[in-house]
Amino acid sequence: MNYEPIICFETHVELKTETKLFCDCLVRYDAPPNTHICPVCTGQPGALPVLNKKAVEYAVKAGVALNCTINQKSRFARKNYFYPDLPKGYQISQYERPFCEDGYLEITGDDGRPYAVGIKRIHLEEDAGKLVHSSDSFDEADYSLVDYNRSCIPLIEIVCDHYRNPIRSVLEAKTYLEKLKQVLRYINISDCNMEMGQLRCDVNISLRPKGSDEFGNRVEIKNMASFRFIAEALEYEITRQTELLDQDQTILQETRLFDESKKITLPMRSKEDAPDYRYFPDPDLLDVHIDDFFLQSIKKSLPELPDQKANRMITEYGISQSDALILTRDRPISEFFGECAPLCRDKKRLSHWIIKELFKLLNDTSTSIRECPIQPRDMSDLMNLMSDGAITDTIGRTVLEEMFQDGGSPQDIIHQRGLQPIQDKQELEAIIQQVIDENPDAITQIKAGQTKPVDFLIGQVMKKTRGKADPKKIRNVIQDRFYN
Amino acid sequence: MELCDKSALELSRLLRKGEITSRDITESVFQRIHEKESSINAFITTTPDLAFQQADKADRRLRKEKNRSPLMGIPIAIKDILCTKGIRTTCGSKMLGNFFPAYHATVVDRILDQGAVLIGKTNMDEFGMGSSTENSIIGPTHNPLHPDYVSGGSSGGSAAAVAAGETILAIGTDTGGSIRLPSAFCGIVGMKPTYGRVSRYGLIAYASSLDQVGAMGRSVQDCALLLDEMTGHDPLDSTSADMAGSNFLDSITHDIKGIKIGIPKEYFIQGLDPRIQDHIMEAVSLLKANGATIREISLPHTQYAVSAYYLIATAEACSNLARYDGVRYGFRATDDIEDTITMYEATRSLGFGREVKRRIMLGTYVLSAGYYDAYYLKAQKVRTLIREDFIKAFENVDCIIAPVSPCLPFKLGEKMDDPLQMYLVDIYTVSLNLSGLPGMSIPCGSADGLPIGMQIIGRPFDEQMVFNVGYAYEELSGD
Repeated sequence: MNYEPIICFETHVELKTETKLFCDCLVRYDAPPNTHICPVCTGQPGALPVLNKKAVEYAVKAGVALNCTINQKSRFARKNYFYPDLPKGYQISQYERPFCEDGYLEITGDDGRPYAVGIKRIHLEEDAGKLVHSSDSFDEADYSLVDYNRSCIPLIEIVCDHYRNPIRSVLEAKTYLEKLKQVLRYINISDCNMEMGQLRCDVNISLRPKGSDEFGNRVEIKNMASFRFIAEALEYEITRQTELLDQDQTILQETRLFDESKKITLPMRSKEDAPDYRYFPDPDLLDVHIDDFFLQSIKKSLPELPDQKANRMITEYGISQSDALILTRDRPISEFFGECAPLCRDKKRLSHWIIKELFKLLNDTSTSIRECPIQPRDMSDLMNLMSDGAITDTIGRTVLEEMFQDGGSPQDIIHQRGLQPIQDKQELEAIIQQVIDENPDAITQIKAGQTKPVDFLIGQVMKKTRGKADPKKIRNVIQDRFYN
Repeated sequence: MELCDKSALELSRLLRKGEITSRDITESVFQRIHEKESSINAFITTTPDLAFQQADKADRRLRKEKNRSPLMGIPIAIKDILCTKGIRTTCGSKMLGNFFPAYHATVVDRILDQGAVLIGKTNMDEFGMGSSTENSIIGPTHNPLHPDYVSGGSSGGSAAAVAAGETILAIGTDTGGSIRLPSAFCGIVGMKPTYGRVSRYGLIAYASSLDQVGAMGRSVQDCALLLDEMTGHDPLDSTSADMAGSNFLDSITHDIKGIKIGIPKEYFIQGLDPRIQDHIMEAVSLLKANGATIREISLPHTQYAVSAYYLIATAEACSNLARYDGVRYGFRATDDIEDTITMYEATRSLGFGREVKRRIMLGTYVLSAGYYDAYYLKAQKVRTLIREDFIKAFENVDCIIAPVSPCLPFKLGEKMDDPLQMYLVDIYTVSLNLSGLPGMSIPCGSADGLPIGMQIIGRPFDEQMVFNVGYAYEELSGD
């Protein structure tokens, strides 16, 4: 039978606040173990949490960006369970009245049409510490150590809505995650670096016959460290569940772990063994009231989101949709484009040069746009010089490389490196004559009516002039010689 | 009269005049401890070396500083539930038997800054769970007035030390009556302020929404003197009230003319020892004769208070005490440990006493899926009703007078096998914790040589009224 998967993510995202959620310790990922800890984040007797307002601001920012309703009266709850990385024996999280509810994230569905993936809630909570085992394999470890640097770092959990526009394929799942990451990075509340654990996902998946309105039994998958593993886990789970359903077997409602080496999922615990977290409102913290002023200031501070930005590039600047999507993938790139565009006469040339030439330089040197020394004004000047025919694209490329190395204005670089185009007609004709003299065979072919050797000759002239000649002018001179 | 038997206020006056030194008082206190402690058992830890250092420092400051606190140079004992940096803090539990905090509780910081002299850490029911100070790792604290009797709990060590002259002042904590009951049983004055009045930072939590730190002394003024040094907003405690420190001592007055005092009819019923009732009614008449107006009031939800209290307190406790898992500090079981789970089980089975385990079990049950609405949520609704009872009552009266305990101090071991009987001792005190109200226990005569406590209850943050009425009664009764 044909089945439709229903996929729901629970995505944990660490917020990049200066300090932790309930104490003044700094948020640091690369510090030596247990160097950013205090009585609060190690759960010492008598220590009490004090809420970091910045984290609330970031959580609400995420909610606004993901089109959620913001609960102006919100509260924290304790999620009780025992684990050595959880110093208080409970995690301060949210249960009733999280900061954000009922939102959506618009993605491009598999059918190519916009699809608003439902988001049920976004809540704010504290991260746990990190266990370091004495051996790579947990089973062989003699002991484990705990690093509490991560304990109490603010996290938001973004929970997809099972019933409202759930994700329906692995491809949509990937699109959703990419888009989510993009938006969160745009609003600058997290770096979403998966290797550093700043973005972690659990996923629920169930299957149902295509066209059905019922829902199948859900399986939760944990332990996937990359988007690729998530896709693999989902593929495996779809195959496994399809086979079971085809044999009329029931899907057990359970939690499974992904094994990255074998690319399979394995049972971890059944629904009956699911822990009872005994949530209750945390009496150490007051209810949080988000007033209109705070909410409005957050809404105002929100940057233009990638979709809006891409649309604006298309309508205002006439950039192609595919270029607009590439240019808006990362906020710094889009901002670089945004700063260049108003100064630049030919926006298409600009987008083309950023995507083709600048990206190549960035990729080849593993540089980020933030580290790139090219100033928007200089980039725009370079584009305009080419648009005006003042320099050729070849020279443009050389100048761009130079600018990428050490910065500076294109005019200065052209001047210093003697890259000014050959303006003197006699000088140019002399070089062309030289090339003609050196290539008698080509001349014979041209005289015989072939046109290709003309391009060859132009190339030779360009080589000799190190690109400083205008190919159009060369062509004119050659054509004057042989065709008139 | 020995120095250790004098009031803090008088000692402060003598210190200011330079007639005595803090060292003199401290010596007197330790002399008394030397004589009596073996029969009282009020302290888990005494800190004589530190105390004499602090006393000498206070003496130097007394000579130099002009604007000094009346607390400077006065010996004080602190319940072993408040964190003291580098000084063992056990909570009366094996679980924290070797725990040395890395920081001072905010109140400890404040009173030491003002030059108080720390005598030691006082005995208590384990984690504050008990009404008799019998649930302690070091054994019970005996009532200084009657060694066969309990001191009341859970701040029994603090109350007994004050009563015996083993300290001048003491700090206690009160979750369901833990300052007021032992104060009543030991014949001293104990003040539980409004929830939020004193920072809870560094108070090892039993039930966070009910716990409050308070002052214990041998007079109303002594309690006011101490409390003034403890109050004021603390940015480290989100539930601490955003208000400046208090000035109760300077504002205290015994003028109670026109003050309206409420007597809750639900409190004076069967089950209350008639001797206690008689003494309190006598006290009320005395206040009336001196200008107060007496009104009967009704607190209709009183009968549900103990049940609601034990549901909410245990729910919070099971979560608050989850951190004692043997991983980071405190006791860890080491025999026959196979993995983390067996370590947790053994650590918590061996590290906690019976009463603590009983309350953790009860609280876990209360919060469990399927029971949460019927117990925890219902209890919260009752709590709201009880709070509203008081709000309504306070529309017509300025303060309320009630017993502290339905019974006189009982004998050691008498109620240990009957937890329900023990819980009922809290019947007149828990409502204040559920409502966050201030309440004071003040001595009000005795029966069979056993002290009786009268409770004065005020509006939220109107501790001044409580102090004034208490002070007036103290003067009138000539105690």
